[in-house]
Amino acid sequence: MSPKINPNSGMLTIGPAQIALLERLSNAVAVSGNEDEVRAIVLESVKPQADDIRVDAMGNVLVTCHSKAAHPLRVMLDAHMDEVGFMLVEDEGEGIYAFEVLGGVDERQLPGKAIWVGKDHLPGVIGAKPVHLAEGSEMHSAIPLKSLRIDIGPANGGKVSPGDYGTFATKFQKSGPSLFGKALDDRLGVATLIELVKHHPDNIELLVAFTVQEELGLRGAKVAAVALHPDLAFAIDSTPAFDFPRPDEKENTQYNCRLDGGPAIYIADAGTLSDPRLIRFLTQTAEKYAIPYHFRQPGGGGTNAGVIHKALGGIPSVSISVPGRYAHTAVLMARLADWQNTLRLVYTALQDITPEVLIPDRN
Amino acid sequence: MKELIQQLCAISSPSGYENNIREAIKKEVTPFADSAEVDALGNLIVRKGKKGKDGMRILLSAHMDELGIIVTHVEKTGFVRFGSIGFVYPHYLPASRVLFLNGVRGVINHDTLEDRTKMPTIDQFFIDVGASSPANCPVKIGDLAVFDRPFLDMGDRIASKALDNRVSCAVLIQALQQVKQSPNELVFLFSVQEEVGVRGAITAAYSIDPDLGIAVDVTGVGDTPSAKQMEVSLGKGTAIKIRDSGMLCDPRIVRWMRETAEKAKIPHQMEILRGGTTDAYAIQSNRSGVPTGAISIPCRYIHSPSEVADIHDLENSVQLLVELISGPVKLK
Repeated sequence: MSPKINPNSGMLTIGPAQIALLERLSNAVAVSGNEDEVRAIVLESVKPQADDIRVDAMGNVLVTCHSKAAHPLRVMLDAHMDEVGFMLVEDEGEGIYAFEVLGGVDERQLPGKAIWVGKDHLPGVIGAKPVHLAEGSEMHSAIPLKSLRIDIGPANGGKVSPGDYGTFATKFQKSGPSLFGKALDDRLGVATLIELVKHHPDNIELLVAFTVQEELGLRGAKVAAVALHPDLAFAIDSTPAFDFPRPDEKENTQYNCRLDGGPAIYIADAGTLSDPRLIRFLTQTAEKYAIPYHFRQPGGGGTNAGVIHKALGGIPSVSISVPGRYAHTAVLMARLADWQNTLRLVYTALQDITPEVLIPDRN
Repeated sequence: MKELIQQLCAISSPSGYENNIREAIKKEVTPFADSAEVDALGNLIVRKGKKGKDGMRILLSAHMDELGIIVTHVEKTGFVRFGSIGFVYPHYLPASRVLFLNGVRGVINHDTLEDRTKMPTIDQFFIDVGASSPANCPVKIGDLAVFDRPFLDMGDRIASKALDNRVSCAVLIQALQQVKQSPNELVFLFSVQEEVGVRGAITAAYSIDPDLGIAVDVTGVGDTPSAKQMEVSLGKGTAIKIRDSGMLCDPRIVRWMRETAEKAKIPHQMEILRGGTTDAYAIQSNRSGVPTGAISIPCRYIHSPSEVADIHDLENSVQLLVELISGPVKLK
């Protein structure tokens, strides 16, 4: 058995190497259904430490790190590789394309955004009818998707075609305690899982799934769970923080989660009632190692745990997310400390977990 | 039957937190069953009998979870905001009482609205537990509660919170206790998390892998004042489901149930439910498909703190189930 690591010992610090990896992941373009770029980074990153690596029919990367124990607990970790984005649907000539959104992109925040299109990341912009030509009523409502177009200019027109993908043209930046980038939902999770493969504890059979098409309806995770058939699962994602003060100065009762609150542990979302034994185990672990955490408000939304826990004969599951403001827009803002504490919480949970965690009655 | 239902309804077990009801049901079934196991999500799987010649593995499913509410935030002033677990209807909430799993009781009311004729939305409601700040509030984010309403015996009729679906659990328990011999391998599933999307039934059906499935759940009625048109009424017998909004019952099973009821002279009625479904929805599409039907208990005011059912409909349901599972299944 490997010695237990004190999370405050510095071994699980987010340092320059981890931030550089996150930067690569964030800047990579991997819209749901075309996760190639991120998959390549994942495969390269896990190769040295993984015992088994497989890419399945849908493009999920399934990694196994064997245990030294005789009958180890099978623990699955999940993070999705895909991001929300766009797909060109009609070539209107001169580099102008009608497009659709993939995943829950915030459509109010599209006009005027800079984007990258196609595998060569050609620069483009999302355009709408000019301000001075808009009629009175149009000035006050969100511009509908059907009035928006992607414009990459006539010289590049024809280099991409309907079916090609696009995403926000955001370059990752760290600034003080904060991280800014596109697709940090869920590149933060992907980076976390890569780090955990690199430092995997050997008391458990660690089954790591880097999944596809989460943003379209948890599609990749559904088959990954069947392939890995674990005893339990942790989904690592990012969840929106609506934690800014209300303009009317009333108490903000619907913040969902908070920046600087540490990892957000899920009790209930629209798709999953987290296994109470795993919630308890996570909070006890956090308290034991003095890792800050908080609870995501019960409510809507969901993670890959929604399909994982219903797979096969049932898989006890819980989700842990890094809080992020402005999810599903051009730039997500997260805190380095929240990411660090998420990594530490999952790591210590993996090193401390035993089959006994599933024995006590559920609640 | 009444005492059993009263006992089961008094237990607080919202979706995802079914320990208490599972323990109570386990005590009732263990003396009569070959085995009683708990699976990964908390489903209670009770088995009786071996598959003989002409026998089938029959899955009988009744969900043991009830509706709940979950704390989303405790305000600075001590009022408790909440969300729902399952379909909790706002119009049943004002001035209702709730009981938290930790024993705390509270009163539901809502923000004072400009337009008093409008129904508030769930996020405009709150629970008053008598606290004045988060520091002296006995509940916190994530805590769960159920409706707090005692059982009422009205003679032929009974009222309580959670008749959906404790009455069906009682029906399955009594069917298990009364079935004498059967060529069938019987699996009684007391499932979890039905109210949030038949989740327990999805996974349990997978591991049980039955030849035939029958769900037992409540269904609506058309016999209250100005009710939407529906054939089902209290007191007219056990209801044989034809379809609901989730699935079409296997017509061979519907025929088998109807013929069995007629032959044994068990009062029964036919049921079509326009809004709502049951564990049968999950069982039917399990693996490569399972012939599935359902027996329903007519119930008034479903998902309210005071649902009403008829005791004879319940007794008829037990009778029909015992008749159905005691012999070889002949579907035609």
